[in-house]
Amino acid sequence: MRRIAWRAGELLGVLFIVSFGVFMLVTLMPGDPAVAILGEGHPPAEYEALRHELGLNDPLLIRYWDWLSSAATGDLGRSLVPPQSDVSDRILGALPVSVQLAVMGLLIALVLAVPLAMWSAAHAGGAVDRMISAGMFATLSVPSFLAGLLLIMIFANGLGWFPRAQWVRIGEDPVGNLHHALLPAIVIALMELALFTRILRNDLIVTLKEDYILAARAKGMPPWRILVTDALRPSSFSLVTLMGISLGRLVGSTVIVEYLFALPGMGSMIVTASGQGDFPLVQGAVLVIALVYVVVNAGIDLSYGYLDPRTRRVHA
Amino acid sequence: MGHEECQAVNILEVNDLHTVFTTPRGVMRAVDGVALSLRAGETLGIVGESGSGKSVLGRTITGLIADNATTSVSGSVRIGGHDIHALTQKARRRLWGPEVAMVFQDPMTSLNPVKRVSTHLTEALRLHLGLGRKDAYERAIDLLRQVFIPDPTRRMTQYPHELSGGMRQRVVIAMALACDPKLLIADEPTTALDVTVQRQILDLLAALASERNMATILISHDLGAVEGRTDRVAVMYGGRIVETSDTARVFANPVHPYAEALLASIPRIGDAPHTVLRAIEGAPPNMLTLPTGCSFAPRCRFATDRCHEEQPELRELADKGTTHVGACHFPLLPVHQEVS
Ligand SMILES: Nc1ncnc2c1ncn2[C@@H]1O[C@H](COP(=O)(O)OP(=O)(O)OP(=O)(O)O)[C@@H](O)[C@H]1O
Ligand code: SF4
Ligand SMILES: [Mg+2]
Repeated sequence: MRRIAWRAGELLGVLFIVSFGVFMLVTLMPGDPAVAILGEGHPPAEYEALRHELGLNDPLLIRYWDWLSSAATGDLGRSLVPPQSDVSDRILGALPVSVQLAVMGLLIALVLAVPLAMWSAAHAGGAVDRMISAGMFATLSVPSFLAGLLLIMIFANGLGWFPRAQWVRIGEDPVGNLHHALLPAIVIALMELALFTRILRNDLIVTLKEDYILAARAKGMPPWRILVTDALRPSSFSLVTLMGISLGRLVGSTVIVEYLFALPGMGSMIVTASGQGDFPLVQGAVLVIALVYVVVNAGIDLSYGYLDPRTRRVHA
Repeated sequence: MGHEECQAVNILEVNDLHTVFTTPRGVMRAVDGVALSLRAGETLGIVGESGSGKSVLGRTITGLIADNATTSVSGSVRIGGHDIHALTQKARRRLWGPEVAMVFQDPMTSLNPVKRVSTHLTEALRLHLGLGRKDAYERAIDLLRQVFIPDPTRRMTQYPHELSGGMRQRVVIAMALACDPKLLIADEPTTALDVTVQRQILDLLAALASERNMATILISHDLGAVEGRTDRVAVMYGGRIVETSDTARVFANPVHPYAEALLASIPRIGDAPHTVLRAIEGAPPNMLTLPTGCSFAPRCRFATDRCHEEQPELRELADKGTTHVGACHFPLLPVHQEVS
């Protein structure tokens, strides 16, 4: 309990720092929000009035505090660009798309990486291992927009297995939603697969040299069982850490995939908003992504306790 | 004794066993022509300096080390009549547990840190004996009792790091005994333990072996561990057995100069593991470039030209009519006396 409370305090601290960084960064972004809203060619007094109305003339720390205190209540302000919708609503619309894509992509990558890495590690240095390595290297060298285009051409346009229509929300039509998300998720998975496989393979090779693996062999356990029940868990620290980082990163950066598949996710929203100088939307979106990062990393930290009982605190 | 007869009596029969590793630095004859046999209930100690090939011998006997791309095993190992190295991988695995089991040196590393004690014990029971979850659990608790672990029900749910070194080694022993092996190979089972615990574990192993009429090989660089706890002892040097007989005979009357030096240098209990026995002059042989003659010759104070040229074979050297054999051209006293 103490540990969890401690952790929560730590998270709040991190968020506080991150939010300040986000605020400063976006505030220092070039471009005048008043111009962004009104357009060029108005009398200077009009811009000045708007700046005043937006609170842009207040001291920086006051503006930060105003922003942060309303953000804490879930109010991230309004977008500057018509229809000036609520930033929280915009984020609530885009975030699930991005999270779903990232999670699906990572799961697909994981499901492929685990057996590939186990197979590689079991035959380390052999022909199979080298073939898998070469294959992984090939996936790394294909840019994701190319992979995405190819997949669209083959499976959506050519074979017609996947829809090219509008994104379907998971709440409206779960099957249609999964169907729609599968191709983009595969593109994301391909981006992550090589690294996942490599990291897990290397850790497995180290684990397989441990005495307890020899002891398990001496008990007559079949090799595949030793891989799954003895070697996998102690070898998965780097992979789990890497997955956490990937998840945080992917939530805001699947822009290419979002554009390719016409998905209303966070990445494309941020890019568009930045271009329009829509600073409340950018601030809100980046803050939420930071929040996702922090929460995911906390989850990863907790998962270490599951992965290695030695790191668990004993509650006596 | 006819071959048929031997097979009926001996749990283990090793003939002309060679284990040769091809390493980037050269060919290493880690086991170089070893023969030995063991009956049910009999205990054999294998002693020798670090690097003499004891562990490789133990692992080649079980078949954990077998022919592969960089390892060549020749000769034969029969355990309970099964020619280990002629079997398929799968058939061999079926013997690991019910026929032969191993206890390894370091209980800190030979238990999986992420698995509970219960999993360590029950998985082999379920695999080999086909027990259900509940039966395997009961049996595991029983095993923990047999190795004198107090409060076994609680221990079952614990992880290795929650146990002391001695407790862990008891779990490792329980794990090895799970499927009632006919042959147990303990490879320096106490080297990593506290001095006070060493004796307890050795005595436990001896008691369990005699209770179960189990053949046991006790590998050790500690002659003190072997004395009084083994029926026979084999002294290894450079991948070969250079002297073997009843333990008492070897201790009372070593015929090989190396065995004698080893006895004279019995390390005090509590020495760090793998210490090179200090009383013996010179370094252990470089297994990559073993000399043509006697591999002990560079360190032997009796060495002559013959020793450097001709490899001595194992033969009866002392106590004619017994099984006391050694590999030396100029064995110590008893024969010297006869000759003169
Ligand atoms: N897989 C392997 N490949 C190459 N060489 C090996 C391998 N395993 C062991 N060796 C070498 O074989 C020799 C004998 O090693 P072994 O482990 O059997 O010695 P030991 O008598 O058990 O020594 P210790 O008392 O240190 O345990 C050593 O020189 C070792 O380096
Ligand atoms: S054969 Fe020669 S060198 Fe070897 S142990 Fe005997 S006396 Fe020494
Ligand atoms: Mg050893």
